[in-house]
Amino acid sequence: MSEPLLKVENLKKYFPVRRSIMESLRKVPPRYVKAVDGISFEISRGEVLALIGESGCGKTTAGRTVLRLIEPTDGRIIFDGTDITGLTQEELRPFRRRMQIIFQDPYSSLSPRMKIGDAIAHPLLVHGLADKEEAKEMALKMLRRVGLTPEEEFYDRYPHHLSGGQRQRVVIARAMILKPEFVVADEAVSMIDVSMRASILELLESFRREYNLSQLFITHDIAVGKLIADRIAVMYLGKIVEIGPTEEVLRNPAHPYTMALIQAVPSIVARRKGEKLRITGEVPNAANPPSGCRFHPRCPFADEKCSSEEPRLFEVGHNHFVACHHPLL
Amino acid sequence: MLLEVKNLSVYYYTLSGVVRGAEDVSFSLREGEWVTFVGESGSGKSTVAHAVMNLVPSPGRIVSGEVLFNGKNLLTLSKEELREIRGKEITMVFQDPMTSLDPLRKVGEQIVEAMTVHGVPEDEAKERAKELFRRVNLPEDRLEYYPHQLSGGQRQRVSIAIAMAFHPKLLIADEPTTALDVIVQDAIMDILDGMKEEGTTIYFVTHDISLAAERSDRIAVMYAGKLVELGTVEQIVENPLHPYTKALIEAVPDLWKEGEVRAIPGYPPDLRNPPSGCRFHPRCPFFREGVCDAEEPELREVEKDHLVACHFPGGWRE
Repeated sequence: MSEPLLKVENLKKYFPVRRSIMESLRKVPPRYVKAVDGISFEISRGEVLALIGESGCGKTTAGRTVLRLIEPTDGRIIFDGTDITGLTQEELRPFRRRMQIIFQDPYSSLSPRMKIGDAIAHPLLVHGLADKEEAKEMALKMLRRVGLTPEEEFYDRYPHHLSGGQRQRVVIARAMILKPEFVVADEAVSMIDVSMRASILELLESFRREYNLSQLFITHDIAVGKLIADRIAVMYLGKIVEIGPTEEVLRNPAHPYTMALIQAVPSIVARRKGEKLRITGEVPNAANPPSGCRFHPRCPFADEKCSSEEPRLFEVGHNHFVACHHPLL
Repeated sequence: MLLEVKNLSVYYYTLSGVVRGAEDVSFSLREGEWVTFVGESGSGKSTVAHAVMNLVPSPGRIVSGEVLFNGKNLLTLSKEELREIRGKEITMVFQDPMTSLDPLRKVGEQIVEAMTVHGVPEDEAKERAKELFRRVNLPEDRLEYYPHQLSGGQRQRVSIAIAMAFHPKLLIADEPTTALDVIVQDAIMDILDGMKEEGTTIYFVTHDISLAAERSDRIAVMYAGKLVELGTVEQIVENPLHPYTKALIEAVPDLWKEGEVRAIPGYPPDLRNPPSGCRFHPRCPFFREGVCDAEEPELREVEKDHLVACHFPGGWRE
């Protein structure tokens, strides 16, 4: 097998919790929110890995840490054979062009005072890849490529003139103008209407084909993951609890949490499915995660072992891994 | 009929022109059913829901129509009469529960106050608040919390608990789960299901037709300010007659759907200047010149309970 484009090994990101004055006076040791607590995965060229989980599971932090927009606490990030974990910002520069991010909220990730055409051309100028005229030419082409036509007219518009779906196209255009090899798409379709999601996903898919683009697609919606991803990784409280080929994970989920996520997704086809796996409560605070398996307080199958011993990922099927003492398979 | 809406039109008088947010919308809800309004942003689904409560935000104005609740026109009632109905017989939950919760007061106080303003003695209200929290699966100690100490899902449970307080005849829920994770969404939907079982009529609004399909009795589809199709879930999902409904169903990512998802080409129109004839005609793959762009289709019943506003309903089958 060829070398993966991205290799993430035991990545951790801990955020310190602010101590009160009394706590620092009493020398209470600092506590940490373990937002990402030792995750590992690989992404091949042209592959899409969906990172799925609820709010607070650490998926967004994971995506940003992989790009070193947030500095990791521990672990290694290897991009195209180079360990980029310890590179200085200057040394990172050539990699920045090859790795891009698409944010969830197209409203806040575009400057309201910049014409959208200039916003798309901007990265070319920053990276010194084109002069002003060339950059404009390329931005116009890109506008057309993402379906914002007539492109001359769109070039001069401001973000507030556009619908949510159109703005997300601008954000994608801006990320794609540098022809990146890898992109982190963080909830790229969550803020747009369901009816518009398919067209945005199609657009991303077309860039995958054209650039052989690898993607880490972060989403809370497993149905969106199904559409776009080759593999799915499910995250819970800073850990990957299950990872495997999309079809396999959806048809044969091994972790009770994955099962609960799948069953909670509304579906036109499978209206009013039979009995659901009932899980209660909400995701606990990551500053004080449960002992053993972090999912055990919500898990219907939990026993003593689950509350004392942390399960490790092991292979349950071909390329299909789960971290659970009582997998459903 | 519990609720009858007749020829309701709501316009927004903005600086850049008159936005025709909802136009000539008519429908009725039967007692005890769950009807879901589906549509994209700007389809008018929220506008109509707010208009039913006579709560259209400025610069919006209800320009015509009637909203009959048990035969009484809510749009002509005095403020006092309306207040007596709102919060008691008709209640509402919103996408962002913070719009209805006071950030500076404990949620327990707020739920108690929602009852005392309608004349419930304070002691009794406190007891009922505990009971309501149990019903929405919130631990009793959360009564002492401020809204910001709760998660989004818990806040939504609080606003539903408040909405439940008087066993309302009608609950209007405007995208109450859109900001929530799927597992929490599912739990909230179960709570609404429970309300329905106890006789509350549910008027639900969402952009997600799969959510509509799972829980409702009937689905109303809105497009560009117009009600374009209304029918039972089976009719809408298995036998859609409006090309927009069909497109909406095909565009939804669905875990269990085989085959591809097809995006709807184009964008919803600018409602300052909506397209002539059928408002969907510029995006409709079955558009026929001289008909669809010339004449506005009326909402008519094509089979029992199934209404559609299209010149060629189900026309793609021919």
